[in-house]
Amino acid sequence: MDATLGLLGGGGGGSVGGSSGASTNESTVSKVEQDFVAMSSEASSYPPEAELELGLGLSLGSGGAMKANKGCAWGERGRILTAKDFPSVVSHASRFSDRANPVASVGAVSGTKRAADSVSQEGTGSPPGASQVVGWPPIRAYRMNSLVNQAKSQRAEEEKEIDETDKSNDPSKKKIYTKTDTAAKEKGQLGFVKVNMDGVPIGRKVDLNAHSCYDSLAQMLEDMFFRSTTTVNSRGGEKEQVTQPSKLLDSSSEFVLTYEDKEGDWMLVGDVPWGMFLTSVKRLRIMRTSEANGLGTRFQERNERQRSKPI
Amino acid sequence: MDFSLPTEPMNHKRKNPDPSPDSDESTTQLSSPFPDEVLERVLSLLNSRKDRNSVSLVCKDWYDAERWSRTHVFIGNCYSVSPEILTRRFPNIRSVTLKGKPRFSDFDLVPPKWGAYVHSWLLVFATKYHFLEELRLKRMTVSDENLKLLALSFPNFKALSLLSCDGFSTDGLASITTHCKNLTELDIQENDIDDKSGKWLSCFPENFMSLEVLNFANLNSDVNFEALERLVSRCKSLKVLKVNENMTLEQLHRLLVLAPHLRELGTGSLLQELTPRQHSELKSAFNNCKNLNMLSGFYEVTSIFLPVLYPACTSLTFLNLSYAALRSDELSNLLVHCPLLQRLWVLDSVEDEGLEAVGSNCPLLEELRVFPASDPFEDEILHGVTEAGFLAVSYGCKKLHYVLYFCRQMTNAAVATIVQNCPDFTHFRLCIMNPRQPDYQTNEPMDEAFGAVVKTCTKLRRLAVSGLLTDLTFEYIGKYANNLETLSVAFAGSSDRGMECVLKGCPKLRKLEIRDCPFGNAALLSSFRKYESMRSLWMSGCKVTMDGCRLLAQEMPRLNVEVIRECGNDGFQADKLYVYRSVAGPRKDAPSFVLTL
Repeated sequence: MDATLGLLGGGGGGSVGGSSGASTNESTVSKVEQDFVAMSSEASSYPPEAELELGLGLSLGSGGAMKANKGCAWGERGRILTAKDFPSVVSHASRFSDRANPVASVGAVSGTKRAADSVSQEGTGSPPGASQVVGWPPIRAYRMNSLVNQAKSQRAEEEKEIDETDKSNDPSKKKIYTKTDTAAKEKGQLGFVKVNMDGVPIGRKVDLNAHSCYDSLAQMLEDMFFRSTTTVNSRGGEKEQVTQPSKLLDSSSEFVLTYEDKEGDWMLVGDVPWGMFLTSVKRLRIMRTSEANGLGTRFQERNERQRSKPI
Repeated sequence: MDFSLPTEPMNHKRKNPDPSPDSDESTTQLSSPFPDEVLERVLSLLNSRKDRNSVSLVCKDWYDAERWSRTHVFIGNCYSVSPEILTRRFPNIRSVTLKGKPRFSDFDLVPPKWGAYVHSWLLVFATKYHFLEELRLKRMTVSDENLKLLALSFPNFKALSLLSCDGFSTDGLASITTHCKNLTELDIQENDIDDKSGKWLSCFPENFMSLEVLNFANLNSDVNFEALERLVSRCKSLKVLKVNENMTLEQLHRLLVLAPHLRELGTGSLLQELTPRQHSELKSAFNNCKNLNMLSGFYEVTSIFLPVLYPACTSLTFLNLSYAALRSDELSNLLVHCPLLQRLWVLDSVEDEGLEAVGSNCPLLEELRVFPASDPFEDEILHGVTEAGFLAVSYGCKKLHYVLYFCRQMTNAAVATIVQNCPDFTHFRLCIMNPRQPDYQTNEPMDEAFGAVVKTCTKLRRLAVSGLLTDLTFEYIGKYANNLETLSVAFAGSSDRGMECVLKGCPKLRKLEIRDCPFGNAALLSSFRKYESMRSLWMSGCKVTMDGCRLLAQEMPRLNVEVIRECGNDGFQADKLYVYRSVAGPRKDAPSFVLTL
């Protein structure tokens, strides 16, 4: 970052030609230059970080993602700040603030407008090293507060509604935009679980209660993730392909469908009876077969132990 | 420019030589051939403040005529001028708009008690502007005492609008409703209010009838519904009614029956069961609202409710669904009934499919804002919108000129196509929510996207950039964005060169706000004279140092160079810098953490 040296057009190497019209005396120039020498080491650390982020942005499923990563990979990015985030900002190496000053100093005096939920972020699985950026994305505190409050009561109402209203609403498309606290992170009575696919940054949710067998679930997931360019019409509208036996359940595919069970272990989907699966599944992941093989032994062991009925 | 601050001596020479030989001007009357009264009458018809600024620079007579005839003044930065200077120049003001804190205070980047107090203004207005009728404040600190002073000082007071303000409670509102006999407008939006009770509404006297605009969507406390009902039935001129979340559907129905002439309606919470009778009653009430052109509110809406609105949608031009997490099908079904829609605010819960419906159903759309439905970085990943949604809208809505778009992915190609489809953008605010994210298809920076925007959209006045951006983006902006007035930058740029390019170009730049970019003193000082032609500059989380800021302050005495010092700051970095031009000199009310250099 030579541009920071030779600020005022004065001496020093790598000066930016004609960069300013400031007319100051030499002593100020040299003093300021010294400042920049100190700064330049910071500045030069910038580009490598940018590359690091580029890599992460691309393939979130790569590398050590197999650690039972409760936080979604997106949790490593900036997030909307709430007051409860402030304490943890200090401890995390903030990737988006590469200054000598930790972001914590910013957080410490930031206003208290954002809703301060009493639930701490600590236990919600934000992965270590998650950067939490003040005031990003740039949404007014008032709007954020409204959404948080609205989402909580909406979910409460929704759950009440399910009991009362009819089934005319397609259950697989129920409103699911809720911000839940730690306790409610697991699927609620609606049966929604998160599904992530390796290499796809944005996950989806499926309502397991809408399916009665593995095939139907796998078909839905294939529609969601493998035909993402076409509009998935859950009402059985024009599907481009005839229903085929699911690729996901077929071990010859490039991807396998796995799930995390209550004990935190990752299992191949299809091993246990559907009903048992429903009670133990916490979330799903469409994993590259290559990765699954890497942990194949564990899977196979469990498979052998638990395989009681063929699918 | 807020109003012109002449820096040159007034030109006393006549600009237009009098063609008539019969003119009986005395030789001492050098200027305009018109009598002052005529000039003032003519100028009083001018409303645009840009025109008024131009007029005031023509010659001394025109300057005087303009200042006597001006009734509305807009002050974009409350610290750029003092109330004394203002009242001295403009003696006949009836309406004041004042903006205070830097915009990034909306995102918690400005500590509390920073300033922007309306107090000193009100004290002066109370003596100089006895006939003040309107006060509109944005990002100011207002206390209950201030509101009481306001209510008691101006017998003709008509309109109060508070947007993103703080420091007051509902008691202050009660002062207004109690004392302002001629009130036509009470508009309380997105403020940080101490919401004690809804009693303020009951303070309107029983014979009070003049209300035209009432917006209390911001307030959570229950108001007395009977009092509201009586108020609405008395105020026959009521055009805008925006209630808070606590209003039930039943109450909404009763209000609609009383005020079918409403132009703008903000609903309360709509998450209630509707019996068939209620359903048809509400639908009928909405059907009777023939003048409705804006709908908002929609806190917690359900599918069942939406069809009730359909009859009212035919004349809708503005639909604000930004608090309603609608699905794509729900939005689609609603939009079919809104062919005249010009402005639409939604949450990204509608997804790309919802936006496709926008493109298909709203050919007259001019403004679209898509907000994230929830914290996008929580564990629950929601789909949100992508470049596909924006593209779909651009194909269907050729008149689109204002977009605010929060998304999780974007490509250079998509943006290039979008601006090809809609070259008339005046406001292009794209927020790719993951900082420094590249084009997800090519993995390249998003430079070409914004390059396309500034090259194609020659009318662009406001731009917010995001994603992975190098200095090239700023080269493009500096070179092509000739009408750009506001630029917002975050997590972007590679070196000082980026900011330098913007400062060297962009001849109409007024507001520049930057956060977390690698711009340092070289950039800050590269075109420091430019700051005098701008309203303000904000830089936080950048690489400027205190020394650089001091240099700027030294070079430019008519700028206020303020650094917000955070605790833990080592005194070397200037973590938050706010620079603005002012004729009022340094702030006298700066708190201890604001250093004026």
